[in-house]
Amino acid sequence: MRKLTDTPISPRRPDDAKAAGGVGKPLPHESARKHVTGAALYIDDLPEPSRLLHAAVGCSQVTCGRIKSLALDEVMAQTGVVAVLTLADVPGHTDIGPVFPGDPVLADGEVKFWGQPLFAVAADTFDNARRALRFAKVEIDAETPLLDPLQAVAENRLVRPTHQLARGDAAAAIAAAPKVLEAELKVGGQEHFYLEGQASVAIPQEDGAMHIHSSTQHPSEVQKLVAEVLALPLGAVTVETRRMGGGFGGKETQAAQWACLAALLARKTGRPVKLRLPRADDMIMTGKRHPFVNRYRVGFDESGLLLGAEITVTGDCGHSPDLSDAIVDRAMFHADNAYYLPAAHIVGHRAFTNTVSHTAFRGFGGPQGMMIIERAMDDIARAVGADPLDVRKRNLYRGPERNITPYHQAVESDTLTQVIEQLESSSDYRARREDIGRFNETSPVLKKGLALTPVKFGISFTVQHLNQAGALLHVYTDGSVHLNHGGTEMGQGLNTKVAQIVAEELQVDIDRIHITSTRTDKVPNTSPTAASSGADLNGQAALAAARIIKQRLTDFLVESEKVPPESVVFAANQVHFGEGRALSFVELVQRAYLARVSLSTTGYYRTPKIHYDRAKGRGRPFFYFATGAAVSEVLVDTLTGEYRVLRADILHDVGNSLNPALDIGQVEGAFIQGMGWLTTEELRWDGQGRLLTTGPATYKIPTAADMPPEFNVALLESRPNEEATVFRSKAVGEPPFMLAISVWSALRDAISSLADYRISPELDTPATPERVFWAIRQTQEQAASEQPNSARVSPMAQRNP
Amino acid sequence: MIRFLLNDQPVSLDNVEPGLTILQYLRTTLGLVGTKEGCAAGDCGACTVVLGTLETGRIQYHAINACITPIGSLHGKQLLTIEHLQHQESLHPIQQAMVDCHGSQCGFCTPGVVMSLFAWQHSVQQGVAVVDHHGIADALSGNLCRCTGYQPIFRAAAKVCGAPAQPQFTDLAAQLQALQADADGEITCGDAHFFCPTSSAELARLLADRPEARLVAGATDLGLEITLQLKRLPVLIQTARVKEMLKLEDTADALYIGAAVTYTAMQTKVEEQFPAFAELLARLGSRQIRNQGTLGGNIANASPVGDAPPVLLALDARLHLRSLDGLRSLPISQFFTGYRATMLRPGEFIESVEIPKLKANEVLKVYKISKRFDDDISAVCFALWLKLDGDTIADVRIGFGGMAATPARAIHTENALRGQVFSEASVQAAGAALTRDFQPLDDLRASAAYRLAVAANLLRRAWLEWRSGETVQVMTWQPQVRHA
Repeated sequence: MRKLTDTPISPRRPDDAKAAGGVGKPLPHESARKHVTGAALYIDDLPEPSRLLHAAVGCSQVTCGRIKSLALDEVMAQTGVVAVLTLADVPGHTDIGPVFPGDPVLADGEVKFWGQPLFAVAADTFDNARRALRFAKVEIDAETPLLDPLQAVAENRLVRPTHQLARGDAAAAIAAAPKVLEAELKVGGQEHFYLEGQASVAIPQEDGAMHIHSSTQHPSEVQKLVAEVLALPLGAVTVETRRMGGGFGGKETQAAQWACLAALLARKTGRPVKLRLPRADDMIMTGKRHPFVNRYRVGFDESGLLLGAEITVTGDCGHSPDLSDAIVDRAMFHADNAYYLPAAHIVGHRAFTNTVSHTAFRGFGGPQGMMIIERAMDDIARAVGADPLDVRKRNLYRGPERNITPYHQAVESDTLTQVIEQLESSSDYRARREDIGRFNETSPVLKKGLALTPVKFGISFTVQHLNQAGALLHVYTDGSVHLNHGGTEMGQGLNTKVAQIVAEELQVDIDRIHITSTRTDKVPNTSPTAASSGADLNGQAALAAARIIKQRLTDFLVESEKVPPESVVFAANQVHFGEGRALSFVELVQRAYLARVSLSTTGYYRTPKIHYDRAKGRGRPFFYFATGAAVSEVLVDTLTGEYRVLRADILHDVGNSLNPALDIGQVEGAFIQGMGWLTTEELRWDGQGRLLTTGPATYKIPTAADMPPEFNVALLESRPNEEATVFRSKAVGEPPFMLAISVWSALRDAISSLADYRISPELDTPATPERVFWAIRQTQEQAASEQPNSARVSPMAQRNP
Repeated sequence: MIRFLLNDQPVSLDNVEPGLTILQYLRTTLGLVGTKEGCAAGDCGACTVVLGTLETGRIQYHAINACITPIGSLHGKQLLTIEHLQHQESLHPIQQAMVDCHGSQCGFCTPGVVMSLFAWQHSVQQGVAVVDHHGIADALSGNLCRCTGYQPIFRAAAKVCGAPAQPQFTDLAAQLQALQADADGEITCGDAHFFCPTSSAELARLLADRPEARLVAGATDLGLEITLQLKRLPVLIQTARVKEMLKLEDTADALYIGAAVTYTAMQTKVEEQFPAFAELLARLGSRQIRNQGTLGGNIANASPVGDAPPVLLALDARLHLRSLDGLRSLPISQFFTGYRATMLRPGEFIESVEIPKLKANEVLKVYKISKRFDDDISAVCFALWLKLDGDTIADVRIGFGGMAATPARAIHTENALRGQVFSEASVQAAGAALTRDFQPLDDLRASAAYRLAVAANLLRRAWLEWRSGETVQVMTWQPQVRHA
């Protein structure tokens, strides 16, 4: 047998070339070429295995009640139908709740939300499966649904117990404060609207095993839940994810149900089954960003400096816990955003409602929590007659006296101050503030608004054990590298970043690094790609693997060439050693192989320093904070409430960027997605709990025309992460989402101009043109009818639900 | 049989369900999976393909939504898909620019985005599309991207607009001409038929013979019955080749628009005569929808939130209706009889629309209120026609969408204005009369109270704009635009 070292070396890559790939370069996404040619395959594009069946899911047309009967004979009799699946067909566990029970794979005796899956069908074609659903005869004893989260709290109907954080005596601090304000803010939810809907293919294997292709952010959890519903050991289920057409949190826990149903149908029929949700089903059957109702009561002095704050956040969790415990926790952890609360009491409720179970979405409760303190900042500014930016700056975390969060973690870095001051200057905030004042004086109908808001976002899973990652790295005898890690690719460029990290460490060209599907049989027991942690965790694990290989190669050289270890240097596809000697990376790899050195390893990482005692509300839940700030300028039509974001300037802190092009892409995309959340993206349920916005015709995410025509985005330079993250980078997935709060704040600024900035308008979100219109009306009426009142802003109900 | 070019290969097709969509044909029948399904409702653009159509002897490219377009629409056309853009090993300049500008993240919307920009670039080369921020936004108006925030896609478009035509897109006009003549453009599949009449007489005869038939114009609404409601529509009659329904001409007094003329095709003519109407058309649906949708479809669909009817009401357009019994015409104000109900008799169809031109002392103002600027359905659509005698309103018509079960005139409001001086006071008084005209609904787009309040304010906006001669709208307020 010929030796593997005979493998020819690619001629187009001279080995002495400078390593092309590496950390800090703005390389394109690894799949960019495939994206633009249509060659990138998503679940529904995969070559179909023979005898494939297509599944569809039948769901409840009643919001809440006991199932009296479910007759599916006629469904089974329809053209092309091969199998019908009910809960009785599940051989193993029937509850697929990811953390706590409460999520039956199909409704178990009772229905808890409109659109809850009741049964599934497998047929020869997608359309035949869908058509057959209508022939189900379902009888449900309808009960009155609970739809109001505040009523749920009043009735103590919670999916998880209420939790509190406290530092100092907030009530006493507020009582002693010269000024007090209180208010309420309703923050709307958000549909993920990943362009690729939920999709899975289950392919039965020998010995009852199952191979699953799933569009999921959490292959290991899909593996576990599929194994549990099939009553199989985890080892008999393999889950594979090459890429998702967007995830944003919506495929963290909620991809599992469709994989489980496909697997159950595959088990029942012995045939491969594909289950993909049509858009309306996806929007009806999967959870969204939690709507919140938040309240604050703050005490402050004449300069607007906060003295104490009581904040209550209530997450509308839907019918089950899903991830709501951690999501409301994160809302509480971010109810301070960037501001020091000398005394704070923060309460978080997890309300039960008869709606779909709300779930992870970029920011994971953080955005909803931040909104309340940003509202308070604007309200305080109006109350003391200051520019809101000055009030924000006055209240910033600024060490060492003003750097302890309500959960007792110190904010050690001062990037916030730097980011804000730099952006204030680069965006020309002060001059534009004056220009806008003049514009508004001379423009009776159209009004401009301006706002700068910061973001401080804690990085780490707040569930400690999730902060670990693994990687698998093989070096082949031609010098090519096969790399797997536990993270999933959903468009964020994680695979590109991880490949850059390995290329940097091994000092080889980026195109030597081959990353393929994320598979549970290559890297086991992985955490979801979530919490912005993808590159932080998996990059470190891959780096650890690369270091092991590098060490083995170094040891080999030291031993075989009798050179000191410190003389071995990997640089630009070469390995230098001894005095002026060198081998190409490939030559070294081949020599090591012949000398029987293992060229394959796993890598592992766990985040240091973090700890948190939830019962006491004390500790260091976050390894570090990511920071950024944005200035938005809006133009509002006071006759109609229509508005437009004219300009946005962003300065965001990613530490040492692993890839500035990908990082800027995350910042820009997150900002526009956040803007959509706060402006046009309105989820509407009717009085019976039926979702009305079930497609892009009625649910409006931003289009190209909504992008600010002037959109300046920059990364903070020369500020490596002070913590020892991978190449001193910072996580970037979620934090910039919250930069969009500046848009909402700018809208309120424009409206406030109608009352000479003395009134701080009520503006729940999403701030649709209609909500902006009513805020304008209310502000005009209040300005006309009463003296400026800087004491209490009364919580008022929106005229429009 | 229908014949078309799939990329550069001639295809003959028959014996397929008339309701088969182009997207199903590509993905399921052919296994060409580069074109994606995002919503199957024509609202997200992931399925965007480009149709090459013969127009005055040369091929024009139009981006359309493959997901809602019946396969029969392809007859005599060239269907270009994402798989065809690459030339051997080298990417099309649009594709390369998208890579270079980091215009894709998850990549799922990307094939559609690339196809929209490909059609746009071709239009730029033909001198019918504009290279500026607005022009690019227009090209992308039907392509939702959830990842990038669009900035890198704008950059890619700006970078590539001047790139030369690619070798594989040589003009195939003669070939298309031959394909079109080669077959009848009809599909038969058991009891199902897709008919492709070429004259009004033929269409009238078909409708009389086939009372169960559905007319297909742009299919932008009909397509949803197929993809969302899973209806089987066994008999479809296409209007796209009926020559009387394709006329677009103006006389001294009126503009005549055939019912099967697409919004895109009528845009220039409308812009010349009714700039305010043209601005509304630019926001009707998306680029893809405007390339497919027709004026006749918008009227006959009789939706209370269709955008063209309020304007046509204000302009007192006449509809010319054809059946086997001949031609009759009536003012559009008499056409809508109830929620999605019209004066059309069985076997009758709209052949053309006659819109009286504006005279020197006449004013047209058109406003649309929606949650999102582009590709959204109106909460309120407002159109005001005024005949002025100095400052005095000699005559007035106001058309509204979104205020009632049908597009409707605001008669009481008009009466309050007629004969009055066009002033703050008369506008105020007339606005108060709106509650006598309409009791709008609360729905997911807007509350009744908002609709009424905004309707009155739009009348006020019209007066403000007339008085100042300037627009008072957020979208027409143009800041400087820079592309890095």
